[in-house]
Parts: sequence; structure tokens; C-alpha cells
Amino acid sequence: MSEMKFTRDHEWVRLDGDAATIGITDHAQNALGDVVFVDLPEIGREVAAGEACAVVESVKAASDIYAPVGGRIVEVNSALAEDPSLVNREPIGEGWFFKLEPRDPAEAAGLMDEAAYHAFVESEA
Amino acid sequence: MADSTDQTPDQAPLETPLGRLHRSLGGRMVPFAGYAMPVQYPAGIMAEHLHCRSAAALFDVSHMGQAELLGDGAAAALERLTPADVQGLKPGRQRYGLLTTMAGGIFDDFMVANLGDRLFLVVNASRKEQDFALIEAALPAGVRLHRLPDRALLALQGPQAVATLAPLAPDLAKLSFLGMAETSIAGTPALVSRSGYTGEDGYEISLPAERAEAFARSLLDLPGVAPAGLGARDSLRLEAGLCLYGNDIDETTSPVEAGLTWTIGKRRRMEGNFPGAERVREELANGPRRLRIGLRPEGRQPARGHTPIHAPGGEAIGEITSGGFGPSLGGPMAMGYVARPQAADGTALELMVRGKALPARVAPLPFIPHRYAR
Repeated sequence: MSEMKFTRDHEWVRLDGDAATIGITDHAQNALGDVVFVDLPEIGREVAAGEACAVVESVKAASDIYAPVGGRIVEVNSALAEDPSLVNREPIGEGWFFKLEPRDPAEAAGLMDEAAYHAFVESEA
Repeated sequence: MADSTDQTPDQAPLETPLGRLHRSLGGRMVPFAGYAMPVQYPAGIMAEHLHCRSAAALFDVSHMGQAELLGDGAAAALERLTPADVQGLKPGRQRYGLLTTMAGGIFDDFMVANLGDRLFLVVNASRKEQDFALIEAALPAGVRLHRLPDRALLALQGPQAVATLAPLAPDLAKLSFLGMAETSIAGTPALVSRSGYTGEDGYEISLPAERAEAFARSLLDLPGVAPAGLGARDSLRLEAGLCLYGNDIDETTSPVEAGLTWTIGKRRRMEGNFPGAERVREELANGPRRLRIGLRPEGRQPARGHTPIHAPGGEAIGEITSGGFGPSLGGPMAMGYVARPQAADGTALELMVRGKALPARVAPLPFIPHRYAR
């Protein structure tokens, strides 16, 4: 049973048992434009919720990606090194960024669900 | 996700005559040099860039400053502010030049054309107020600067630009690179030069603001023409090795450091009667302390402006001034300044990106060869 939550910085996090998978939303990839490189965190790094831990580079600019929940990085999406455009094509699928082991799974409870995130994006437009 | 490079405007941005067109085309408007400008359209920067290299792209550059310099001695008057040979510019010809400071820095870069009875100037949007004030202050009696705020400026760029426009303006195909003519395109009076900022063949077209939207729409209706925004304009000019004022050149950089000595007329260099001539002469004789170079980072990671450049494992020797990803190059690219001993093509250097050393090599400019109609 997996559950998807969203941040105000347009990251998504999918909680799946002991692991949390993190990426950016379709809205975010569309706003960034063509992604040409993703700088991913070191495996084993401990990050706090809200900490900048990856950078996504489009043709135009570099943007920080923040950890939606705190924890230890356990895996990064190595496919992005070969094909960063996965982020544009499948932002909430094959274009995921990294996985972490949440320190406190309850942290995710404070994030938005899908309906709340869509309402948030609408309110920003 | 947080964008680290966007700037916040101090006040409500100005509109170009094509603001409504940009929005109707789905342009994503951003503040730039005081104007609301489209950074991209729905196709995206990558597609717009590649379209310009393969067909023809239409850019709105109406934010740039246009003006005429009129009266006897206009060329000599402008030469008080620039090392460019303006008096030697033949009628119907355009030239790139630099306004220089007394200290030998670059006040702005500009295009000047000789229209026979007057000079026509195009300067950067971000500098136009300062430039025009500087020029006016230097003019003798009888020479007058006439600003042209009611004119739009469009750039049609790409290998298909000339053939695409030919049915509407057959005489324009005869213009050679940096030629300029007053003409009429499909009934619209226009001042057209064979020039641009992409490294491709093409035109820049100055026309009355009130005709701009209908004219731009008629160009976009031509087969193979697509709109392109500031994002593609920036990646195209960087691939072409062309400087962006405020990034790659400014009041601290000299023409010699910037590799723009070629803009100094031979007669002007001999005469040495332009602002900053002393610094230029000294740097030409002894070599400048630093030089503008091209850089190719290894791998795919771009290095952006202000990234420190280090000797391998060693000290900082300079800084990137423009950096990004080249869609036609298929990889990252940058320009910057380094100490002269490290400026030779092929030199291995390190770019300090977010605290990590990214290996890179000095590379010849342009990254993508120019395809001007010589």
C-alpha cells in the first residue's frame, strides 16, 4: 500500500513501507523546461526535512530539490545520468530522483495529498 | 524546487509592441531589463533553439534601444565614445562596436549602421538610458540623437530565414552579411540588416511599433517560421560565442581581455583617441592579465555564471560569466575569464560547482560554427 504526498516546493514523495521515493511533479517539470542534468545526493547522506539535497538543471537554470521528509538516502536513480529527460517525460514514474529511509514516517502526515496539491497549484497560478 | 537565477523586478515591467502576441502564443513572460519578455513558448527552449538552427525562428527584441544620429560630423562625434571605425563605415553597412570607459572598460556593446544621411544605432535594453545620455552629452552642436522608442525590432534567424522572407521582399536576399537597407516588406516600411545574435544567417527588422503585431503574425504564418524566446536566444548566442553585456563584458572588462580587439578600427588604434585607449595600448603591448575563454565541462553537468574556475587542484584563476547547456552542442558549455597563462585551448581546469570540482577544458569559440552569409 503506497501513498503519495506533495510539498509546496513541488516535490512528490511516495511512502512504501520503510522507503520513501522522491521526485518532482508534472507541474514542476513543465515549469522547469527541458531537464539536461540532475545532481543527486550521495548514498548514505542524512538529510533533514526541507534540506536541499539535489539540483535539477534545465537549459535555462539550476533549481534546488528539497527532501520532503528527513532520513538517510538509500538509493538514487542512476538512469537520470544517461537520460535526464526522463524527468520531463515521466516525472512521477521513471523520472524519480532518490529514495530515503524516513527517520520519522509521521513527518509525511503534514504534507499535502493529491487533491490539496492540485488546489495549491491552482492558487499559485 | 526553487529557481536560483530568476530576478525580481523593482517595478511593473514595460511591454513591447508584441506583448499581446506573446501571450496569445502561450509565451511564458518573465521580467528582463525592465520589460516583460517571453523566455519561451510552449515548444520549449530546446525545441526553439534547434528550430532556429534548422529552419527559421522569430524573436522579439523590441526591448533593445534604437536611435538615429543625425547631422554633419555624426560619425566623428560617435568616435569620441568608441574605438570602432564609424567614419569608415560605408553607406548601407553595419558594424559591431563597443562604447568604452575612460578606464578602458566596456560601457556597452552596440550595432551602428550608415544609412547615408544618418547613423542608425541599436544598443542593449539594460543600458539604453545610460548609453543615450552618454552619447547626447558628447555631441557637438549640429549633431543630434533621435531616440526611436516607437519602433519595434524583430529578428528572423536561421538557415531558412532568407529564403522564407524572399517572396515578401525579393530585394532583401541580395543584402550581404552586415548590409542594411531601408525597404518595404509586404507593404510595411522596414529597416533591415543581415545580422543577428544566433550565429545563423538572418535579418534584424526595425519597423513602426503599430505595424509590429500584424507584421510578426504574417512572418509566423510563413512555412517553417516558429517563435523563439529569450531562453533560446541566450543558448544560441552562447553556442555562437557571442558576449552578453552585463554577463561577459561590463565596465570592469577591457576590449582586449574580452577578445574584442577586432572591433577596434586600425585607424582608431593608431590614433589612440578613444576612451580607455591607454589601457588598450598597454594590454596590446604586454598582454592582458586575463582573457575571455570558452569552456567545455566534462560530462553533462552545466556550470553557470559566477562559478569559480580553478587550476587543477589549485587556486582560483577566474570565474564563469555565462554557462549552460548547448542544445546543438549536445553538452554543457561556458564562457569566462581566466589568467592569461591558463587561457590556451585545451588547458585542463576545474569548475567549482556546489563545492565539487568539475573537470573542464578551455575550448575555442564559437562552440558551433557561424553560418553567416559572407
